[in-house]
Amino acid sequence: MHRKLPMYICFLFGAFMLVQFFIPHRTSTAIYETILDWVQIIYAFSLLVGVALLIKHHAIIATRPSAKDRPYSGIVLGGIIGMFIFGIFFGRGEDTAFLWVFKYVQAPMQATMFSLLSFFVASAAFRGFRARNTQAVFLLVAALIVMLGRVPVGDMISGFIPKAADWLLNVPSMAARRGIYIGIALGTISTSLRVILGIERTYLGGSRG
Amino acid sequence: MKTLSILFALIILFLPSGAFAVVQAFDTPNDGGLSITIQWDTAAYSNSSGEYYEAQIARRAASESGWQDIAVAPASAGEYIDNTVEDYTDYVYRLVFTDKVSGSLIYDTEPVHSSPQYFNTRRTNVLIGIVVCLGVLIFFIYRGKKGKEMYVRPIAGLLAIEEAVGRATELGKPILYSAGRGGMQRVATIASMNILNTVAKKTAEYNIPLIFPNNDPVVAALAQEVVKESYSEVGHPDRYVEDDIFYLTDSQFGYAAAVDGIMVRRQPATNLFMGTFEAESLILAETGNSIGAIQIAGTDSTIQLSFFIVACDYVLIGEEYFAASGYLSKDPMVLSSLKGQDLLKVAIGIILAIGVLLATAGYTGFLELFNIG
Repeated sequence: MHRKLPMYICFLFGAFMLVQFFIPHRTSTAIYETILDWVQIIYAFSLLVGVALLIKHHAIIATRPSAKDRPYSGIVLGGIIGMFIFGIFFGRGEDTAFLWVFKYVQAPMQATMFSLLSFFVASAAFRGFRARNTQAVFLLVAALIVMLGRVPVGDMISGFIPKAADWLLNVPSMAARRGIYIGIALGTISTSLRVILGIERTYLGGSRG
Repeated sequence: MKTLSILFALIILFLPSGAFAVVQAFDTPNDGGLSITIQWDTAAYSNSSGEYYEAQIARRAASESGWQDIAVAPASAGEYIDNTVEDYTDYVYRLVFTDKVSGSLIYDTEPVHSSPQYFNTRRTNVLIGIVVCLGVLIFFIYRGKKGKEMYVRPIAGLLAIEEAVGRATELGKPILYSAGRGGMQRVATIASMNILNTVAKKTAEYNIPLIFPNNDPVVAALAQEVVKESYSEVGHPDRYVEDDIFYLTDSQFGYAAAVDGIMVRRQPATNLFMGTFEAESLILAETGNSIGAIQIAGTDSTIQLSFFIVACDYVLIGEEYFAASGYLSKDPMVLSSLKGQDLLKVAIGIILAIGVLLATAGYTGFLELFNIG
């Protein structure tokens, strides 16, 4: 029963979410919105679980003398405790330590990670565009046209380049993407059906069967 | 007031009768009720100079006599939706079209009431599509249940999982698994858990550490259960290390930074990226590439596919990712549903071809069948 009950609940809610798409009645909409509210509430509680898991994980590492990652875990635990103290005891408004750490520590670190993306794109493009065979040559030429077509210098060289870039993006590239979308959509429908019917049960914590 | 009424009545008497037929009030279709739509033909209510009249809209309950002004709309709008009504109460609407040159035109509608609908008729085409898809898939699942064997073409990315686990065993290094940034409500994450189940069985058999840093606390808790169960199923519950499956952060780049750090410090032999990814995909895959790990990715995020293709050794594209679960588990019912998917793809291909031919010939009515309301 401990497995069947979640399966029944999954079937009930999965079937309802499918059916409600076609029912504009207020009752249906109200139930749908209530379920979405529940999802938000569950997520809020799950964050507590996440914090507990995080603290437990890093506490184990920080207290393990042989662990090489001890300093990193110490920093994580220090950050959690520090932000907790700042937020609870000193407020979270303007000119508070909490906001200062967020603005001048966390946000720049996130921006740094994001900016690394440009270097990764360059190195990935270098590898991806190497003309190893005919297909790769096509890819290289298409990429050159699209990149030139997106910047003013492309138009300065020839008015044809931006048009060719648009055509490449809107016709062959779009056709390929739509093919992938169709596959993904069918895969999603099929997986959802298997979950709703209880054929796929891995989400319950174990394998199917 | 009485004089005004007489004046309005005289105006109505001398108006061409054809003009009145183009004003109508009706229950707004395909809605949850509490709404009545009033429509009028904009051409019929323009004056000789081509300017439209202003439409003053008043309402009264059919059982009452006093008019209540509810809105003033430009007559050129042609429509006004009254969302302030009560269901199942009859209302009469009065539209007064005014203009400085020609005076006023008054029109009272027939009594009308609003009610909620139980079916959105504009989505009938979606319903038909879903019924067909579900019908085909259920038919094939039923065939699979009966034991009918299905052939599934080899998928390089999935064949490589065995190779990747073997390599990790030889090198004595861990395997890193990431489900990306998707929550448990995403089908891609559910599919990822199915793949994790098979991968965990292999790592349990070969006794390789499986590291799974998570971006979502629910996924982290569930992944712990999935891996624990998989280890038990192959008879090695003792090899399960709960601490290797953990929640990191829900911050996108915080997650990318932390996973990159784990890769660099623990040097996994294999990275598996299975789930929904965003901009962090390339940061993860390029770092994995720099440490020389075998990398296999599968995602439903089409934009990220291109990044994975250049940075990973194998990529599961489109439906291959969702097929992975059946392919790895060899479950006949799951494999059968893949056959159903293929049949549906053929059907969609035929419909697309017909649509292209008809649209090229100038007939667009066929495409309108696929509009969704």
